[in-house]
Amino acid sequence: MQRRDVPTRRKFLRLAGSTAAIGAFPMLISVREVEATPEMMTTAIRALTGGATVQTGKVKLDIPPLVENGNSVPMTVTVTSPMTSTDYVKSIHVFNEKNPQPNLGNFYLKPSAGRAQVATRVRLADSQKIVAIAKLSDGSLWSVTAEVVVTLAACTEEVI
Amino acid sequence: MAAALINVPKKAKNGDVIEIKTLMSHIMETGYRHTASGEVVPRDIITSFTCRFDGEEIFRADLFPATAANPFISFFTVASKSGKFDFEWIGDNGFSETASASITVE
Repeated sequence: MQRRDVPTRRKFLRLAGSTAAIGAFPMLISVREVEATPEMMTTAIRALTGGATVQTGKVKLDIPPLVENGNSVPMTVTVTSPMTSTDYVKSIHVFNEKNPQPNLGNFYLKPSAGRAQVATRVRLADSQKIVAIAKLSDGSLWSVTAEVVVTLAACTEEVI
Repeated sequence: MAAALINVPKKAKNGDVIEIKTLMSHIMETGYRHTASGEVVPRDIITSFTCRFDGEEIFRADLFPATAANPFISFFTVASKSGKFDFEWIGDNGFSETASASITVE
């Protein structure tokens, strides 16, 4: 009796198992991609500061503490600075913990700005911590942190 | 069809700090969303915004997928002379839009 081409139950299960394993891998990877971690924020901040000390103060972050819709969250960053040609804010960087990417925005200012304040609207994928860091002309770094609770998350929902 | 909304005061006194508000219509597709069949919707965002006054850069911003659709950006500048503000948005898939606004300083 020839047994070579008989599809046994064991063969079938083995084949089904390997196919399922292959299918599972891309899913795992994509899940990992859309979940940033606080470590990613720490790494992004370190890339900006180069390990220099970041002091708390001077920066004010206006963002609603309770957000109903994470798809558009108004955000204003203000830095206390005289904005003269010798003492001004060079740049403002905003980071988040749990979006797929740690950056919310980078803003580059000139002394001619007069007032170190920028406003924009951002997306937030989860309730999380937002950090704004200002780089001054003398090289010092100042930061502020805000906690935001998001009811409806942005970014990762399905397209219909 | 892209459209920009710019809000710059037409007139200002010398030395006034004025606010400039800009809005560019754009979908800002994050690249993290999936269709119902599981395919990733490719990223399509504006990555850079620049404002120049009489050719000199006065403000610049890097944008990310975390910027909400139809990016709104507001910032300040000191009105020191009459001139023209030029705004430029650059993004994925060759997206490039410009707009301008003039101001008279007394």
